[in-house]
Amino acid sequence: MIMETLTVKQKQYLKQPKERISGSEAIVRCLLAEGVDVLYGYPGGAIMPVYDELYKYQDKIHHVLTRHEQGATHSAQGYARISGKVGVAMATSGPGATNLITGIADAQIDSTPIVCITGQVPSHLLGSDAFQETDIVGISTPVTKWNHQITKASEIPEVMAKAFYIAKSGRPGPVLIDITKDAQFEEFDFQYKKCEGIRSYNPVPKVEDSKLEEAADLINNAKKPMIIWGQGVILGKAEEELKAVIEKAGIPSAWTIMGASAIPTSHPLNIGMVGMHGNYAPNVLTNECDVLIAIGMRFDDRVTGKLDDYATQAKVIHFEIDPAEIDKNVKTDVAVLGDSKESLAKLLPLLNANSHTEWLQKFKDLYAVEFEKVIKNDLHPIKEGLTMGEVLNEINTQSKGEAAIVSDVGQHQMIACRYAEFNVSRSNITSGGLGTMGFALPAAIGAKMAAPEREVVAVIGDGGYQMTIQELGTIFQTKVPVKIVVLNNDFLGMVRQWQQLFFDKRYASTEMTNPDFVAIAKGYYVNAKRVTKREELSSVVEEMMQSKDAYFLEVCVEKEDNVFPMVPSGASVSDIRLE
Amino acid sequence: MEKEIIQFTVSVYTENNIGLLNRISAIFQRRHINIESINSSASEIEGVTRWTILVNMTEEQMKKIIGQIEKQVEVIKAYYHTDEETIYQESCMFKIKSDLLFDERQIQNIIKESNARIVTVNKEFFVLEKSGRRNEIELLHRELSAFGIMQFVRSGRIAVTKDEMKITEMLAAFNN
Ligand SMILES: Cc1ncc(C[n+]2csc(CCOP(=O)(O)OP(=O)(O)O)c2C)c(N)n1
Repeated sequence: MIMETLTVKQKQYLKQPKERISGSEAIVRCLLAEGVDVLYGYPGGAIMPVYDELYKYQDKIHHVLTRHEQGATHSAQGYARISGKVGVAMATSGPGATNLITGIADAQIDSTPIVCITGQVPSHLLGSDAFQETDIVGISTPVTKWNHQITKASEIPEVMAKAFYIAKSGRPGPVLIDITKDAQFEEFDFQYKKCEGIRSYNPVPKVEDSKLEEAADLINNAKKPMIIWGQGVILGKAEEELKAVIEKAGIPSAWTIMGASAIPTSHPLNIGMVGMHGNYAPNVLTNECDVLIAIGMRFDDRVTGKLDDYATQAKVIHFEIDPAEIDKNVKTDVAVLGDSKESLAKLLPLLNANSHTEWLQKFKDLYAVEFEKVIKNDLHPIKEGLTMGEVLNEINTQSKGEAAIVSDVGQHQMIACRYAEFNVSRSNITSGGLGTMGFALPAAIGAKMAAPEREVVAVIGDGGYQMTIQELGTIFQTKVPVKIVVLNNDFLGMVRQWQQLFFDKRYASTEMTNPDFVAIAKGYYVNAKRVTKREELSSVVEEMMQSKDAYFLEVCVEKEDNVFPMVPSGASVSDIRLE
Repeated sequence: MEKEIIQFTVSVYTENNIGLLNRISAIFQRRHINIESINSSASEIEGVTRWTILVNMTEEQMKKIIGQIEKQVEVIKAYYHTDEETIYQESCMFKIKSDLLFDERQIQNIIKESNARIVTVNKEFFVLEKSGRRNEIELLHRELSAFGIMQFVRSGRIAVTKDEMKITEMLAAFNN
């Protein structure tokens, strides 16, 4: 069964007789056996033997030298998010390894499959405070799905096979493998076998028919059902199954940030985003629906607002692969454990065809309110200053909803998630759970490399851009044609917005004196333009989208715009503010 | 019931792996929960480690933490039980000056009545061992304190459950 799904190349590797090779060569051979074609990393003393092998294997595997190890993890994440494949990052011991931590934590909270490989001091020096020794296994434990230290070359094949299996199976996540330098040098008899299961680990719980029947019963009897789907739909590749369920049962369906793009934006039953800066209708009507169907989402506090006032009137059905998420934040009436693709496919025939026309109309009415108060002014402003929303609108128009949007963290992220139009799944790549500024630029590099056929546009704030701006060097060196849009408001905008609303406009350390971003991009030989006027926007965005090479666009936007609607923290979702 | 803070004994069956202690204790630490005691040992199944963890919390919180523990790749299964659902013990040792054994008649009575056992005696000190419930150990500690204790140590709780825990079946299911 497994054999059938392997490529010819992978089968070759499995058939090979044992060979005597070094641990470091074995690592590269394991990567090849797992189908890795590109990895991101940064060399240093404790990982040099592996880099030496990467040099020898460079026609088979492409190592991308990022400009910081954090960038390597985010690139691996971008690669994984757009493709569903496992992203790989590599670093040396000590500071190289600790620099991976932010990306690993990000991948953990956003369930992104990545494998990180770190070099470690020779095993006889472990615990001696050797040069560049850090206890990276200890440090990474709370932010990895699994981690392991290898001190003998003979462990490499089995541990690497487990690493890939664990990273991508069930609810995906990051795995870190730390390999002492002596194990890299040591020779042993190499043979690789893919991991097909671990006895203590049950990644995909069985779907119980009785639970599906209970769920179907609630849904069939609902007058005002509402779906909120999350990234679980994308991770489970269940987009088509979800669409079929939504359409058959006629259920208005909203998404979390991590679920964005699973169903096209223009779908008539797609009622927008829930959460702190989500759409008005799905937030307000969460507290009016009679059955709330959560699919592959985890009721994050940014989604639920005040829990005590969250959907208390509704029966809650939770489709979820991770048993630990059931009842964690919101008490469910029916929990359907299992893989979203399987459970939604099995749910479909149990559902009655329906169309909740009147109920759907409520969403449309509230959308009209939001449009008048917020959306119109964001997308088609009449004031002089440029808005972030109109830039997104222009990107939508020119990409026809086909681009993948990689956003950073802050106001521009909320605007991007609110207004980007998506026709294709896996197109909204953003740091949802951790909110990691600096994510977007390196993530866009990974995304574009994994999906070269797709247009990849990074949308970044002037603050977050400067957290990983050095990755322009990676873009220049690899010639990866990503499009970079910095929405410059000369502020740490999202924090400034909170200061304005909740701290009487005391703008403590949020104003930014910025460099000449265009000059910096040009310094890296990346084509660059700045737009300060509305008249220029359309033609420059067009130039960017037409460009075959990487392109940097800075748009100077209104400095003190706010993102609305907003559920103030601690408030109920139905107390969402429009201004 | 769900909101009342009670004492739970957590039993976790795991693979025997370096680093697992860190992973499990981090689950409690992250939620600012104190571990009263933790014990790791062999279990009835060869190659499978059994942890016994004593904690105080609400049942609602306990269920969530069991979920987080079971989510760890190398955890086979985790359970929680109230005191009534288990047979449990702790064990302790006292090091006491040998003179007292002969000079203070009462000590001999205390030893007899408490069902404690003398592990060793030499010229300077003797060592007393007792297994039992926490209150029995505390009583013994109080009684001996009056005479002076050179050293005292108490183990974490170990417990077996009254109900079955079908670990062998679970592992067999994986092999099929
Ligand atoms: C690494 C990191 N540090 C701090 C924060 C807190 N934070 C959240 S949004 C934000 C402001 C972002 O400013 P900018 O990148 O300019 O984007 P804008 O909000 O202006 O669109 C800050 C500082 C964070 N999310 N990540």
